[in-house]
Amino acid sequence: MSEQVLLKNIDDPNGHKIETYEASGGYQGLRIVLRDFSPDEVIEEVKSANLRGRGGAGFPTGLKWGFVPKDSPLPRYLCCNADEGEPGTFKDRILMERDPHQLIEGMVIAAYAIGCRTAYLYIRGEYHLSIDHCQQAIAAAHARGYLGANILDSDHSLEIHIHKGAGAYICGEETAMLESIEGRRGLPKLKPPFPAVAGLYDCPTVVNNVETLACLPHLFRRGGEWFASIGPDHSPGPKLFGLSGQLKRPGLYELPMGMALGEMLEVHGGGALTGKFKAAIPGGVSAPMFPRSAFDVKMDFSSLAAAGSMLGSAGVIGLDETASIPVVARRITEFFSHESCGKCTPCREGLTWAAKILRRIEAGQGQVGDVDQLEMLCGGIFGNSFCALGDGAAWALGAALKHFRPEFDALITAQSQAG
Amino acid sequence: MSDARSLSDIKSELAAQVQQVMTRYPTTRSAIMPALDLAQQKYGGVDGLTYQAVAELLDVPEIWVFEVASFYSLYDRAATGRHHIRLCTNLPCLLRGAEALMRHLQQRLAVGPGETTGDGRFTLSAVECLGACELAPVLMANRQYHGDLTAAKLDALLASLADQPAEEMS
Repeated sequence: MSEQVLLKNIDDPNGHKIETYEASGGYQGLRIVLRDFSPDEVIEEVKSANLRGRGGAGFPTGLKWGFVPKDSPLPRYLCCNADEGEPGTFKDRILMERDPHQLIEGMVIAAYAIGCRTAYLYIRGEYHLSIDHCQQAIAAAHARGYLGANILDSDHSLEIHIHKGAGAYICGEETAMLESIEGRRGLPKLKPPFPAVAGLYDCPTVVNNVETLACLPHLFRRGGEWFASIGPDHSPGPKLFGLSGQLKRPGLYELPMGMALGEMLEVHGGGALTGKFKAAIPGGVSAPMFPRSAFDVKMDFSSLAAAGSMLGSAGVIGLDETASIPVVARRITEFFSHESCGKCTPCREGLTWAAKILRRIEAGQGQVGDVDQLEMLCGGIFGNSFCALGDGAAWALGAALKHFRPEFDALITAQSQAG
Repeated sequence: MSDARSLSDIKSELAAQVQQVMTRYPTTRSAIMPALDLAQQKYGGVDGLTYQAVAELLDVPEIWVFEVASFYSLYDRAATGRHHIRLCTNLPCLLRGAEALMRHLQQRLAVGPGETTGDGRFTLSAVECLGACELAPVLMANRQYHGDLTAAKLDALLASLADQPAEEMS
């Protein structure tokens, strides 16, 4: 097994305590940053290490930080997106429950890089244990001088406040999350302006995912070169993969990117429950699925994008031979329809109708032309909404139709013959 | 819910904690969600009187509070039972039998999703992904996750909860 960086303390019952964290090198990265790096040098180091965002889009983190205007007189904000809700994804919950100081230290480093003095940690409301452990971690870090005024006797000061979500998938979308922190409904906003220019309270804001921030202490303790040496050049660094669905060993795995999807499912996931996979979703339900014939695809940002899908949240869902793709597609579409905020008509109406048609097919009332109708709806939704929710829904459904159309057709044909 | 209490009771009971929460943000509006959460923890849900109390404590229009309370699914705007069971029905749980478990719960409790048992003990909800797919099929009972569920485990859980008072709410 490759070296465990992010998960090294994950099985330690005291992994969430600051003593455990410090004993395994915790807060050394922060000391190095405050001693040896200017904020701009931190940004440059993260750029050259090529850390890419672990929340879904894989955007280069250093580049994102670099968009914060240097000359703005406004306060800058850092918001950590811990509103994990993409079905198949549970990595951030486990990090926050079992080793939250990685995240806290990462936030202090990121805040230093962008000149931020107040940060918000947006944790979904169901994650009670994550909230408790992050609260304890913040208090412990304060007590040791890693948070608060003049951190480790430097000029850098930071307060971190937890903002608890309340059950809305859409708040994982960064502009919706900022609206939510401002005390509004979580409705996405059109970009530009991007949050780096006008985000929280219209001030320059960086939004980073939990795992992205948790990489930073390791990156600075061991160096950007070490970080860049793990995995492929275009997608480096330690990476968490959540394996779930119809496989024998579901769980959280830290593996280098670039491993073949099939190897991940068979070797680490233990293989399919029935012995044979039919398909797999590589990065949460928004990510288009692959049939087993495409399982040699490499699990990294660039390879998956080139293959027409995405690494997304790296929630890998295995589907074995017993899985009905029309049922899977129906459930995914119902989820997106339920979580659509309703602001944009193509997403709101298109998903409502797509879910209705899929339920009809499943219930034995499918009509000839339904699959074409679904494809038309996907085309109408994709690219026509403010945020990526509708895109992900259309993308996921489109892949199910493309790779498994005969399964849909068979249901409809059986019905029309019976009728 | 806040039935037996007056507006001024609620305000005075929440005031200190709401004041404390307000210090975290540059605007009072940002404190609406944490204030609703505090109210729900105290009273088991939120209602019109809660919105008014929160609005007056934060000095914001009441509609701002209501529009937040009615958007987010974790604010209970209707009375719930002593124990709230939220069964995940999303894909990873579906693939491992969540639909059969939902039928089992409906039979055992004699309620449908979104309903509360006649004795007020249990509310049953079908929910979207709880973010614990490695434990699928999974549910949340009050604040606690329970995973790798089977019908037998559900029966044991219901039996253990039936005699317990409610845990801390929300």
